[in-house]
Amino acid sequence: MDWYPLWNSVRIAAASCVIVFFAGIAAAYYVAKLPRVLKGLLDVIFTLPMVLPPTVCGYFLLILLGPRRPLGMFLARYGIQFAMTWYGGIAASAVVAFPLMYRTARGAFESFDLSLAYSGQTLGLSNTYIFWRIRMPACRQGILAGVVLAFARALGEYGATSMLIGYVPGRTATISTTVYQLWRTNDEAGAFRWVMVNLVISAVILLTVNMLESKNRKAGGT
Amino acid sequence: MSLSVHIKRKLGNFTLRIDLEYEGGILGILGASGCGKSMTLKSIAGIEKPDEGRIVLNGRVLFDSEKRINLKPQERNVGYLFQNYALFPNMTAEKNILCGLSREKDRTARQKKLEDVIEAMEIQKFRKKYPHQLSGGQQQRVALARMLVSGPELLLLDEPFSALDAYLREQLQTQVRHILQKFGKDVILVSHNRDEVYYLCCDVAVMDNGKLLKLARTKKLFADPGSRAAAILTGCKNIAGARKAGEYEVDVPEWGICLKTAQPVRDDLCAVGLRAHYFNPKSRENLFPVVYLARREEPFEVRMMFRYAGQQEGTPDLWWRIPKDRRPQQMPKMLGIAPQNVLLLYPE
Repeated sequence: MDWYPLWNSVRIAAASCVIVFFAGIAAAYYVAKLPRVLKGLLDVIFTLPMVLPPTVCGYFLLILLGPRRPLGMFLARYGIQFAMTWYGGIAASAVVAFPLMYRTARGAFESFDLSLAYSGQTLGLSNTYIFWRIRMPACRQGILAGVVLAFARALGEYGATSMLIGYVPGRTATISTTVYQLWRTNDEAGAFRWVMVNLVISAVILLTVNMLESKNRKAGGT
Repeated sequence: MSLSVHIKRKLGNFTLRIDLEYEGGILGILGASGCGKSMTLKSIAGIEKPDEGRIVLNGRVLFDSEKRINLKPQERNVGYLFQNYALFPNMTAEKNILCGLSREKDRTARQKKLEDVIEAMEIQKFRKKYPHQLSGGQQQRVALARMLVSGPELLLLDEPFSALDAYLREQLQTQVRHILQKFGKDVILVSHNRDEVYYLCCDVAVMDNGKLLKLARTKKLFADPGSRAAAILTGCKNIAGARKAGEYEVDVPEWGICLKTAQPVRDDLCAVGLRAHYFNPKSRENLFPVVYLARREEPFEVRMMFRYAGQQEGTPDLWWRIPKDRRPQQMPKMLGIAPQNVLLLYPE
């Protein structure tokens, strides 16, 4: 059995998860500070990929990054091409997983007790310190949940990925595109094997989350 | 110390207008919930930005809307104690205090200051514990220590005892008074609790609807509140509209009586107040027939609700509080009040 789709799926999910972690947190942090009208508008834009069919996200990505589009041509000059490459999958997964991180992080930040940040400021702590050492630890449950959701979503991404990077065995194949491809070509046994792999990964993720949560509770974290 | 605050800020349905000059000591701001007390403190600390005005602390301009000066809270050197103490939940008591020492760059000096404050505030026993493992009183001590080590020029205490139950509150008031005396810092304490303010503060300013009414020595303000809002906030239960009837006489139509006063009455008098504790059946002056309506028993006092015989319909009942051991066998038919206990209240 060729394990390339597993490796490819995991690296795409991990890389997009890292991007989404920072982008989601930054968006959640800054959007909360904006005036109400702008906040509502950006909120809609940032959440849109969650409600749009992934194929529509893929369509927009192709329009933006396709090889004959301005941005795609510009990037091609530096040898970067998102369409039909494995790292194009990162872009596709990141866009689709972003709203999950953004929304959970925003929820966590909104329930954060601002007097903690204020008292940090009056004590002379820098805003950077307050953000990373006080706000983030206080919100870690919500942020962790966001990371896991984003990772799981990126790992299972199909629609946008197949639009943008297609299915090339040994190059752009991921678990979900492989399952579809094998089923389509009547390789039911092969499809079943990958379905099982997927089930195992999902179960491991969920178990890890549960373990982390109970550990947090035991440590008395809030 | 010298503090000068002149600020304005629109707040929902009223405007906060603060004009305060303070020389130093412990100042209490007494006001009902939601009157803008916390907003005042937050403006001084730099957490909230006033719409316009100027704040100067010890000659340093912290805020000036005209000159576009607005120092960050980090640069103001003002300590703030939050109602819930705002200890960082992910750090031990000791780490929390170290956060107050972030300005101290020298390692050994920092450690020394930490040990000193831990000893002075008796935190040794729980220095390695997390906030959620500490009692309310211990949390307050850690928060005070954390604030004091940062070396602020002014301490702002925002309802520091309201998160505690009654028994602990009184213990901690004694403790905080002791600490404040020991460290000799200038303090502004905001509270809606008159006992707290009376016990801890040398001066009091009363706040009503976003306006600072009057700054006076604590004892003087409680003895002569001077306005309706101040009388209510200092705990006066019986207040009615009144007008001048003579040099030492006021007419109270709502109660259907005319009261003699010890102080000369000004022409613009608008109301009088009678404290529930000061009624006296043996008084020789201001003695009027009363009708008792109800009795409310408390652990050590009895509260009698009564009306004057000639009192207007639809006006609130009056209160008379008597310590239980001095309760008369038979309720007196006449109640009096000494002229010096008639509070004269004027427009704000």
